[in-house]
Amino acid sequence: MSALTGGRPAPRPAPRDRAADGPAPAGPAAVPFDVDRIREDFPILRQTVRGRPLAYLDNAASAQKPRAVIEAVSRFYTDMSSNVHRGLHELSERATAAYEKSRATVRRFLNAADDREIVFLRGTTEAINLVANTWGVQHVRAGDEIVISEMEHHSNIVPWQLLCERQGARLQIAPITDAGDLRLDALEQLLNPRTRLVALPHVSNALGTVNPVRRIVEIAHGRGVPVLLDGAQAAPHLPVDVRAIGCDFFAFSGHKLYGPTGIGALYARAALLEEMPPWQGGGDMIASVSFEKTTYNRIPYKFEAGTPDIAGAIGLGAAIEYVEGIGWPGIEAHEKDLLDHGTRALSSIPGVRIVGTAREKVSVLSFVVDGVHPHDVGTILDGHGVAIRAGHHCAQPLMDRLGVPATARASLSFYNTRAEIDALEEGIRSVREVFGS
Amino acid sequence: MSEFQDLYQQVILDHNQRPRNFHALEGKVRRSEGHNPLCGDRLTVYLDVQDGQVRDVAFVGDGCAISKASASMMTEAVKGRTREEAEALFRVFHGLLTGDQVSPDDPRLGKLVVFAGVRDYPVRVKCATLAWHTLRAALEDRNDTITTE
Repeated sequence: MSALTGGRPAPRPAPRDRAADGPAPAGPAAVPFDVDRIREDFPILRQTVRGRPLAYLDNAASAQKPRAVIEAVSRFYTDMSSNVHRGLHELSERATAAYEKSRATVRRFLNAADDREIVFLRGTTEAINLVANTWGVQHVRAGDEIVISEMEHHSNIVPWQLLCERQGARLQIAPITDAGDLRLDALEQLLNPRTRLVALPHVSNALGTVNPVRRIVEIAHGRGVPVLLDGAQAAPHLPVDVRAIGCDFFAFSGHKLYGPTGIGALYARAALLEEMPPWQGGGDMIASVSFEKTTYNRIPYKFEAGTPDIAGAIGLGAAIEYVEGIGWPGIEAHEKDLLDHGTRALSSIPGVRIVGTAREKVSVLSFVVDGVHPHDVGTILDGHGVAIRAGHHCAQPLMDRLGVPATARASLSFYNTRAEIDALEEGIRSVREVFGS
Repeated sequence: MSEFQDLYQQVILDHNQRPRNFHALEGKVRRSEGHNPLCGDRLTVYLDVQDGQVRDVAFVGDGCAISKASASMMTEAVKGRTREEAEALFRVFHGLLTGDQVSPDDPRLGKLVVFAGVRDYPVRVKCATLAWHTLRAALEDRNDTITTE
């Protein structure tokens, strides 16, 4: 384990909707940010791909795991593998303690008020589906409306579509500008007495746009409408404070946050969780069962039927501790430097257009190359050892809105380097050579 | 750049830039839609079959260079052939892309040999076969959308 992971978590910076303009102030306990040392914590980054050093620029799809996470998962299976919440034996006690410690870590990471407000689930998708199938079924009736936006990932469209079909409700779509900013004025105009929920991404996966979530919550709450945030792309890039934001629900995934796949969490205010009916039934979510009547367990266990992904939750806790050990000021400053460097590099190539130029962005660079399909861009970049995503990014309505069938997307993490962006630039120049464009 | 010449051969780039038979067919012709939901590629194949023979074939749509060039070259390869010949050619072409049964030296491939490089890129095989799957649906006179998934 590196010195970084042993460090105390950096103090929580003042809550913001996004990274500050310019380098964030360094916290007093922050270890100096050293990307070379950080890269040593990620075994996978050492390899070569097609004979070139790997430049992994597909972090918005899934981020790589530091050794601290891999070891935490492995430690669960070597030292304490057993079930949680029911064993009377030592191993189960250890497993339960480690699992619940991770819940407390997630609670602290989001600055939620209470551990009971954190439900472990498979990820953002399952978290949104849980809300749609419990709170949604309870509150959304025929003729009601749910507001989403043009920049949604499919996981924040389809669960609401299913709910609307089931209840006879309808979706209202808040528009964005050509640059990829949400149009708050238009969003506000969509709100009316039939609006039951505003469900939006904190950060857009395809464009990198950071939405002004505190302002959005103010607007929605002003009309008595609760807000769900899809936090999948926010959690890895900026400090999230659910109480400062004021949102009612916040969903995120572990694997985009340097943790294992198959684990994520839903934050919801305790009062909401108490009211919500259970979704899946089974073990662990009950207080007592008879054939006549079942009483449900208290929150959050009411929503965690069956044996959870214990190792995953423990790995997620380790991932959060790792990120906190590096500290947000260093992460935000480095990712902003990469974004600026990448924006300059891509802008310097003729025929390349960056898609998504919102005022506030995380380190995501979507782009198109004139006359070349993004999949061909992706294949040629792969030949340069540069891993990016090419396609519709599970945001087909957004692609339609922007008038492109697909884009290529480089999404940058704090372990990426300027040299890797230079490899991206070289790769794109070679795309243009191959295609003679 | 040289390492991509196997995949992006000049012939492929040429067909991508200036696809042949790239238009709709009017009149009483068969029509099938092909869709690759993973990448969003969509194309429509138009087919005029008379007495079991492909009298005319054309396509419209959008996609990556591999899928567009493959559609373009498919139209050239099957025009004038019987249904059985077209289907046999698809089997040979598919064999070239997905395994060792068909060697790039196989004379039945003709110009289609330029796609031999695709077999080193398994995720791109669907790009190269989308037009052919769609053609087969048109040959069978099926109206449902063909997807690669």
